[in-house]
Amino acid sequence: MRSVLDPAGPQAAHIAALWWWMFWIFSTVFVLVIAALLVGIFRARARDDAVMTSPSVALQPTRERRIGWTVAACVGLTIVVLIIFLAANVITGHRLALLAADNAVTIQLTGYRWWWKVRYPDPVPARQVTTANEIHIPIGRPVLINTDSQDVIHSFWVPSLHGKRDLVPGNPSAIWIQADRPGRFEGQCAEFCGLQHAHMRLLVIAESEENYQAWLEAQRQAARAPSDPLAQRGLHVFETGPCALCHSVRGTEASGQVAPDLTHFASRATIAAGTLPNSPGHLAAWIVDPQHIKPGNAMPSNSLSPEDLQALLAYLGGLK
Amino acid sequence: MNQRVLDVSTLPAVASGPRATIWWGVVGLLTIEGTMFGLLVATYFYLRLNFTEWPPLGTPAPDLLAGSLNISLLLASMGPMIIAHRAALQERRRPIWIALAICIAMGVVSLVLRGFEFTAMHCRWDTHAYGSVVWTTLGMHTGHLIASTLENVLLALLMRLGPVERKHFVDVNVNAVYWYFVVLAWLPIYIILYFGPHLL
Amino acid sequence: MSHDHDAEKNKDTVLSEAELRVRLEQIWKSPDGFTGWFKNVFHKPISERMIITSFVFFALAGLLALLMRVQLAVPENTFLSPDLYNQFFTVHGSTMMFLFAVPVMQAVGLYFVPLMIGTRNLAFPRLNAFGYYMFLIGGLLLWVGLALNIGADTGWTSYVPLAGPEHSPGKRVDFWAQMITFTEIASLVAAVEIIVTTFKLRAPGMSLNRMPIFVWAMLVQSFMVIFAMPSVMLASGFLAMDRLVDTHFFNQAEGGDPLLWQHLFWFFGHPEVYIIFIPATGMVSALVQSFARRPIVGYTAVVLSLIATGFLGFGLWVHHMFAVGLPQLGQSFFTAASMLIAIPSGVQIFCWIATLWSGRVIVRTPLLFVAGFIAIFVLGGLTGVMQASVPFNLQVHDTFFVVAHFHYVLIGGAVFPLIGALYYWFPKITGRMMSERLGGWNFWTFFIGFNLTFFPLHQLGLAGMPRRVYTYLPETGWGSLNFIATVGAAILGIAVLMFLINVTISWRRGALAGANPWHADTLEWSVPSPAPVYNYLYLPTVNSRTPLWTKAEDQPIVKGLRADILEVLVTNLLDAMPDHRHLLDGTSYWPFLTAVAVGIGIITAIFTPWGVVIGSVLAFICLAGWFWPHGEPVPDSSREAGPPVQEAA
Repeated sequence: MRSVLDPAGPQAAHIAALWWWMFWIFSTVFVLVIAALLVGIFRARARDDAVMTSPSVALQPTRERRIGWTVAACVGLTIVVLIIFLAANVITGHRLALLAADNAVTIQLTGYRWWWKVRYPDPVPARQVTTANEIHIPIGRPVLINTDSQDVIHSFWVPSLHGKRDLVPGNPSAIWIQADRPGRFEGQCAEFCGLQHAHMRLLVIAESEENYQAWLEAQRQAARAPSDPLAQRGLHVFETGPCALCHSVRGTEASGQVAPDLTHFASRATIAAGTLPNSPGHLAAWIVDPQHIKPGNAMPSNSLSPEDLQALLAYLGGLK
Repeated sequence: MNQRVLDVSTLPAVASGPRATIWWGVVGLLTIEGTMFGLLVATYFYLRLNFTEWPPLGTPAPDLLAGSLNISLLLASMGPMIIAHRAALQERRRPIWIALAICIAMGVVSLVLRGFEFTAMHCRWDTHAYGSVVWTTLGMHTGHLIASTLENVLLALLMRLGPVERKHFVDVNVNAVYWYFVVLAWLPIYIILYFGPHLL
Repeated sequence: MSHDHDAEKNKDTVLSEAELRVRLEQIWKSPDGFTGWFKNVFHKPISERMIITSFVFFALAGLLALLMRVQLAVPENTFLSPDLYNQFFTVHGSTMMFLFAVPVMQAVGLYFVPLMIGTRNLAFPRLNAFGYYMFLIGGLLLWVGLALNIGADTGWTSYVPLAGPEHSPGKRVDFWAQMITFTEIASLVAAVEIIVTTFKLRAPGMSLNRMPIFVWAMLVQSFMVIFAMPSVMLASGFLAMDRLVDTHFFNQAEGGDPLLWQHLFWFFGHPEVYIIFIPATGMVSALVQSFARRPIVGYTAVVLSLIATGFLGFGLWVHHMFAVGLPQLGQSFFTAASMLIAIPSGVQIFCWIATLWSGRVIVRTPLLFVAGFIAIFVLGGLTGVMQASVPFNLQVHDTFFVVAHFHYVLIGGAVFPLIGALYYWFPKITGRMMSERLGGWNFWTFFIGFNLTFFPLHQLGLAGMPRRVYTYLPETGWGSLNFIATVGAAILGIAVLMFLINVTISWRRGALAGANPWHADTLEWSVPSPAPVYNYLYLPTVNSRTPLWTKAEDQPIVKGLRADILEVLVTNLLDAMPDHRHLLDGTSYWPFLTAVAVGIGIITAIFTPWGVVIGSVLAFICLAGWFWPHGEPVPDSSREAGPPVQEAA
């Protein structure tokens, strides 16, 4: 679900409307110009052997004046079309600026190569939520996304909801979005950021206010402690192995800051920034050889014994 | 057939100033270099926006002595260069090489002073963005100062030792234009680099 | 004195035409042999080299594009690794922009401007040769990098911090940044040549308002080059310094700014596309005039439009940065300017259509390419105006919609006119006509292949496909349009091959063309085909905008130039009144040696800052050699006064 022409929120809807206005007006202009060109050429065709002699260049002043006025009229029409377009543009800009901003949800989005750190700030530190690559928002409420980057320029773009905003390191910015219907809206990094730019996607999941609050509340909790021995072994593998150097799971020893937070990993629909569905098979392939799936990314390959791998999968699968 | 003819054989074979193609070529070059300097100045102002203090905290404002001496010297050097320029229009060799020799001496002193200007900035090119833009601006102008002084040397030698063709007087003419650029382009930049920290 | 006597007996006033032809042929012809190639300073051979070199780069970059399209034809393709793909799109874009589009337009200008204004060479023959060698070395630098698998890989726009020292270690980006240094010097050299030649070497009577529109276009373009290229030279210099000697221009930790790169790059980058487009409009004006067989409608309006485009082109650059979040008031200015520039373009298009409509049109291959140009460029221009709107721009920026847009305006707006112009001017360059039959096939293959490749990309952008991605997931549904585009690219490749085949066979076996096979109007058609090495036996004079169509029987020719030295006539700027005779530089190895010297400096500077010093010293030595005097000395106070020029019967 990701198209500029299938808007799911007011911003994208205004832009799509502007697009259709431009499309029809400019298509008409295009057809008229091409028609004039073709008619002009065919109407004025000389005899084929006329190229053998120099033309007689006797320009008649009255005819030339008439031609001049016709050209001037076309230029005038062009200016009129441009003014209409400028007006439509101003109106659209105005509508976008006037969108309500009360009762907004605020999200901090930070770009990394090649994943998205998502934080829901809260004055109470214990109520802050940190996750990755997936944003949940309630329908019908404006959402302010504050943008920044930890390394190179990235760009946040969810076509169904709004245009894009670049995440420029050292130049924090912000963009307003809003979804007016529930759904799963796909986005993708839209500023070339290196080897795996193509695999830096994110999901925006818009849901009812109740579902959103429930999700937020669940995300606030620390990680669920594993109940069965296999998952406990998995936690041990996670905490003592390389995983904990980069990843964090709140409520455990793992507090690495340079990779996605995995506290509620199993609640996410995709892995590796939208590259693969979040299923055990894909997850296993990813953990064992991330370089094969996303060559150049920061996660090294991991040689785990099959039992350790199963344990880890069981543990991660329980992090809902 | 009555072919009419425009006979140009009595036209001169050498011309100076804006009549000469080389003059336009050099003006073109100076427009390019002037645009580079303009963009460097724009960069200076743009980077200023990234700092609360200017120069940045920990870097004092540039010392004025070396820079002020240098710009004064350069402005003074316009004098002998104008003499060389006038003599070139009159195609007189002796005043040219004497005036150029004075310019060369002033150019050498200017380069020595320029060395002190770099240290007067109280930072290196890799200290921070201010250091980077200031050193690059100084460096680019220094390149022109060296090139122009070397050209003065070559032309002075040519005028003194020969063989001198008439077109070499045109070369002295455009060399003067290059020198005027080196001096006059520096004037606003001097003001910005040395007084910018106090005004911005 | 002896050289005065030489002067007298070698003036073309005393020689017969046959004798003059022999003498001029002797001194203006290209030096022979392998080493002679490196001494050449004559504008037509040097331009031919530039055109051929540009087309070699065009073919290489086109090959990269074909390979990229194979990779994108199906989702999750493994034909190209991500690293190779990223190198390919970077080198494709950089080659097309820096090593093809600008050089080829300047080369056609350097070839035809002297012919169109009635002179024998450019104002600075050795400088022109130097410019060519700089272009060649710079292009080789970029491609050697690719061949060694350390090709530049940060896009032709090379944004920082991605291209900075932290995120692009190694020398890839430095190869790219120094390629810029070479090609920008070459471009600036060509621009100075065009401006000074056009200002000072025009035929007597060719006042500014009688110049062909192609010459105006090259003049405007050259001024744009002078003001735009320094910006990218500075930006790439800053980047090279950040990477090599730890300056902090773009390092926000020390007060630098990644956006500074974007401002400097786009301050160059936007004028760059007009630098490519404006010469193409000059070509179109020449073609329309010749094939509608009447003077262009609205000469003054067209010239003013060129100048307006030149100025306005410098006021648009922030429209490449709308997604960055700059203050809205500033953005509005750039929206307005971006819309405003559609007006002078529109003026030209309406004048062309009016010229065709009110003329007597001959349909030949060049005219087909003009029609293709109008169709494709207008579509691309309209999607461009759409993107002037900030809200809409934010949706399609950095997507395949933009890729579609700029290929429409660049291929439609520059390549189609260029191919049409080459079909048109081929007889003047080679003396033979290109095949009209093959030309027709060529045009339609080109037109269909182009649209099949690039039209679907509009929809792909709207469907959410960003740029510069080496692959995409199947569930996006982008597969079918991408596949169609790949098929189109293959057809486009065939069209390019057809053009090259037509050129090759026509060069040997094309029908012999006379001096003026099209019965066109500009001065180059008044000399034999191919043009003699000296261009004009006697320099022409003009008294109207249409010197051949309204030629007075007794239009004067210029006599009084020497036939034993490379002498041309210098006229004054506004009215082209004769001013003085000027001796041009002759053949020399110094331009080549200087380019090598500067090249050593620039390439060494990739690895150590001492490269600047080494290059400067070597360049100084070469320049001393270049300008070393070797003429006869004159007494200290000789002056030559020239009495006014007289017309003789």
